[in-house]
Amino acid sequence: MTDVAQTSGTYTLPRRRSKLEKLIQNVSFWRGVTAIAVFLGMWEVGSRIDEWFGEAYTVPFVGLIPPPSAVFLAWLEIAPSAGYWMSWVESFKRVLAGFIVAMIVGIPFGLALAVNKYFRALFFPPFEILRPIPPLAWVPASLIFWPTNEMSIAFVTFLGAFFTVVINVLGGARTIDIRYLRAAQSMGANQWDLFSKIILPGTLPSIFTGAAVGMGITWEVVLAAEMISGGGTQGGGGLGFFIWNSYMGGSLEQIIVGMISIGIAGYLSSSTIRAVGEWFMPWKRMF
Amino acid sequence: MNVSAPFNEVGTPHAQPAQATKGAISIRNVTKIYDPEGVNVMAVDNCSMEIAGGEVCMIVGPSGCGKTTLLNAIAGFHSITSGEIRLDGELLCGPGKPKAKMGADRMVVFQHGALFPWRTLAENVAYGPIVQGVMSKSLAMEKARHMLAEAGLGDVGDKYPGEVSSGMARRAEIVRALINDPKVLLLDEPYRAMDALTKSIMHESLLETYDRTKVTIFFITHDLEEAIFLGDKVHIVTSRPCRRKKTVTVDIPRPRSYAVQSSEQFRLLIEEVNEAVHEEAMKAFEAGERELA
Repeated sequence: MTDVAQTSGTYTLPRRRSKLEKLIQNVSFWRGVTAIAVFLGMWEVGSRIDEWFGEAYTVPFVGLIPPPSAVFLAWLEIAPSAGYWMSWVESFKRVLAGFIVAMIVGIPFGLALAVNKYFRALFFPPFEILRPIPPLAWVPASLIFWPTNEMSIAFVTFLGAFFTVVINVLGGARTIDIRYLRAAQSMGANQWDLFSKIILPGTLPSIFTGAAVGMGITWEVVLAAEMISGGGTQGGGGLGFFIWNSYMGGSLEQIIVGMISIGIAGYLSSSTIRAVGEWFMPWKRMF
Repeated sequence: MNVSAPFNEVGTPHAQPAQATKGAISIRNVTKIYDPEGVNVMAVDNCSMEIAGGEVCMIVGPSGCGKTTLLNAIAGFHSITSGEIRLDGELLCGPGKPKAKMGADRMVVFQHGALFPWRTLAENVAYGPIVQGVMSKSLAMEKARHMLAEAGLGDVGDKYPGEVSSGMARRAEIVRALINDPKVLLLDEPYRAMDALTKSIMHESLLETYDRTKVTIFFITHDLEEAIFLGDKVHIVTSRPCRRKKTVTVDIPRPRSYAVQSSEQFRLLIEEVNEAVHEEAMKAFEAGERELA
């Protein structure tokens, strides 16, 4: 009796659907699936044309790399080995270490730059001189001044995310609409209220943008650092070393397995950041 | 009618409601020059007006003429160069004190709205009493919900500003101002971007709020109908620099309903205000063209 929509007869509310059901019924989802399937199909055909019609018909670029089916077979071959999964774990550990330290140091640093003009006058110039140096340019120096390979990789990873996080936090905090600050001050907010209740929540979107971009850079840097330091005796493998090793061993299929693994790892990382961001910023949720 | 003469008071002095004793603003010879050593832009020039406690005072003038500068000086967002502004006789800003202290006795409702997007409407309304420490968080939230319900926003208290219409957001913002029990509400073209239908609902809601609270209202607009429908006095100000050109007293009795807008009295008032405003708009337009050339 209380449920109007059910008793009205002419109209019933749609049944609540599970997340999986929604996904399966979502057109965009199937468009995405189709796009990936078409891409894989073109790659498969493109790389096999020389097998079917002879060397003269080799497709540039795609013709020179193994087809996805061969890559998949190569993956099936190495998937049971612990070494491959350890590469994932190693790289993830490094990315997380560098990223988390960059967030812990970068967010307060960026906020301090934004709210205190003395702090800004003192620390912004050196920051701006160090910022354009690509993280990878730090690799040789950090190999020298950090005692272990592992620490130098972590340091370079940290740098990759740090500058991006700081510049985003600073930009976000500096562009908070002055009306919010004025409104809050009129209502009697003191300096701490302004910081904790206006500047901090107002900067959150920029913090998460910085985190997402920083996470991407972290993956780039980790991979390159792993290749350069070679994993070696101390460093342990990682996906970067996995690719490098496959290259040295001449296995083209494994190189591509490594590349796709990185793609998936990066995707998982950024989805996690998005999910955390949504949880932190309920007002940003789209309906 | 001698429209062009400055300081020409029209109509009889307005009788104030007996309970309105607070919130009288006195603006005396206020001048504001931006960047006196540089480009030297005079925004307000020797502007004076008296606003009685509990009065709805409408400021009408061309865009960019310095009306907002005046509002910002009262609110304490900007300093003034000379002159003085008093609230209930107490000096807000004047000689030796160029900038008024911001305070909850003068609440601003901004042109594009300034509800905090990261707080729900109820949390927004409760913000003032919480940061002032005059209420516990739960008590403030309870009062906020009660006041929102009074303004017809009882159902949307838990929504974020981004989830409600601009009309609801603006009404909630006025509630957020009123919970601080201000002496003056400062409104800076709050209904500017709204369609005519939403606007008319906003007007009725503001009038209803005013009849209930009798708070002094300082309202900037360039919508003439809005100015006359809402106001006790309409101050027409000149194009930059801002000076008081003419004051029209609106003696339409309160409570006012939308029907008065089609009355002969209303039409005559519009005509009177329009003549003065049009002249200033032309001046502003020509000045604007010169600036561009």
